[in-house]
Amino acid sequence: MAESPSGAPSAAENITTATDGEAAPVGGFSLSTSAAATVFRTRVFGAEDLHRAQTRIAHEIVERNHGPRDVVLVGLHHRGPEIAQRLADAIESFEGVSVPVGALDVAFYRDDIGLRRVQPLGPTEVPVDVTGRVVVLVDDVLFTGRTIRAALDAITELGRPRSIQLAVLIDRGHRELPIRADFVGKNLPTAEREDVRVRLRETDDVEEDTIELWGPDGGDE
Amino acid sequence: MKHLLSIEDLDRDGIVGLLDGSEYMSDVLAREIPKVPALRGKTIVSLFYEDSTRTRLSFETAAKRLGADTMTFTAGSSSVTKGESLLDTVRTIESMGIDAMVVRHASAGAPHRIANWIDASVLNAGDGRHGHPTQALLDAFTLRRHRGDISGARIGIVGDVRNSRVARSGIQCWSRLGADLTLIGPPTLMPERLEGWPVQVTFSLDDVLSELDVIYVLRVQQERIGRALLPSLREYYARWGLDAVRAQRLKPDALVMHPGPMIRGSEIATEVVDGPRSLIREQVANGVAVRMAVLWDLIGSGGVV
Repeated sequence: MAESPSGAPSAAENITTATDGEAAPVGGFSLSTSAAATVFRTRVFGAEDLHRAQTRIAHEIVERNHGPRDVVLVGLHHRGPEIAQRLADAIESFEGVSVPVGALDVAFYRDDIGLRRVQPLGPTEVPVDVTGRVVVLVDDVLFTGRTIRAALDAITELGRPRSIQLAVLIDRGHRELPIRADFVGKNLPTAEREDVRVRLRETDDVEEDTIELWGPDGGDE
Repeated sequence: MKHLLSIEDLDRDGIVGLLDGSEYMSDVLAREIPKVPALRGKTIVSLFYEDSTRTRLSFETAAKRLGADTMTFTAGSSSVTKGESLLDTVRTIESMGIDAMVVRHASAGAPHRIANWIDASVLNAGDGRHGHPTQALLDAFTLRRHRGDISGARIGIVGDVRNSRVARSGIQCWSRLGADLTLIGPPTLMPERLEGWPVQVTFSLDDVLSELDVIYVLRVQQERIGRALLPSLREYYARWGLDAVRAQRLKPDALVMHPGPMIRGSEIATEVVDGPRSLIREQVANGVAVRMAVLWDLIGSGGVV
């Protein structure tokens, strides 16, 4: 799940969350005019490049952990579970080992409950006991880090992993917490009000995967 | 949603949204640590002017599973016995800093009045003969889990419909979900006016028994029924009780529900209560998940639709 900046809701934040498929924050800000002012900036990943990045991340996960044994890939709703499955498929193709894939919903662990509308995005299903294993959290975009903080709380209630690592397709900066990713598809410098739009075949009803950067009309602030 | 006072405040999508939310809560309850910090720092008070076992404990369990703090007020052991008014009691409790008040009261409309007095969210946990919305939601949730879809299900509600807030909320909820409803019971225990109710009525259980997909048995509420309306419990049981013989005439896949508390042998037989068709224990278990979903919707999720 791509994150929105914390703090008071702004028009631009509404754009970010709305286009990422999340409901707008509390406050009833009107979007009708500002949403139209969001414009395409640049394509970050096309389908082939994204595939290469995923394959590289899969290799890095196996390399870092000296093989796929004990690794559990846990995707964060929304899109994380599907990306985790892609990584598992890649690992299976070159290691011949099927790595367990889980899904985690962090809504009930967020620290911005009450500040904006928060809803569960999907079921939490982790098919194995995570205790003693290496859990790799998987998400599409790493932004403020608050989703990941919530995920750390959520996963440790399911057990005590030997270690927890983080894989993301895009690291767009603007961290508000001391969190970093272990595996990154691409580091993307962004302005806070810009919007990273991830569209995947499995989750977004598109023919081809794309990741694009959009932002408010009128250039960088 | 700010308050949950009546099923009438919800449309079909609102009901389905809460039932979907209940699935997430059910998932939380199935975990080894069946608790999340979603309502950490929130305070929920149950204000019970009428006796209750399952509803009060169910709400309190739900609140605790979401990490909220809970307080309980029961009229019998409070300053109410010294003559304090409802308004003063409610304002006193609100002054302690609360986020939600779960209200049960013998007078229909009491939760609505309280909702006008205070800023906190109010949940109706049963008011007189008027409504019991979370019971209706947990019944719908339980049935949906077994049937997948409630639309088209033929549901027979048997017994004291006239005095039953459970029946009233249930009818509103199930009709919004597309069920086909039949009220069954003695004429004296049917509502006086039924114009506009989306139901059929029959006085004979045996006539419709074999056509029902679900038989929902109501408790004989002796505390609300005058003697004149129901001369003999034995006669009632003979004509409208769900005994083992009648249970055998149900469709093979028909389901049996009861909101509790039940009086075995007074409206339903022990063999049926504990039999394979019975969802009665599941209803209670699901009550916690559904009330978690409602609390989350009212004071957790940000609630502005």
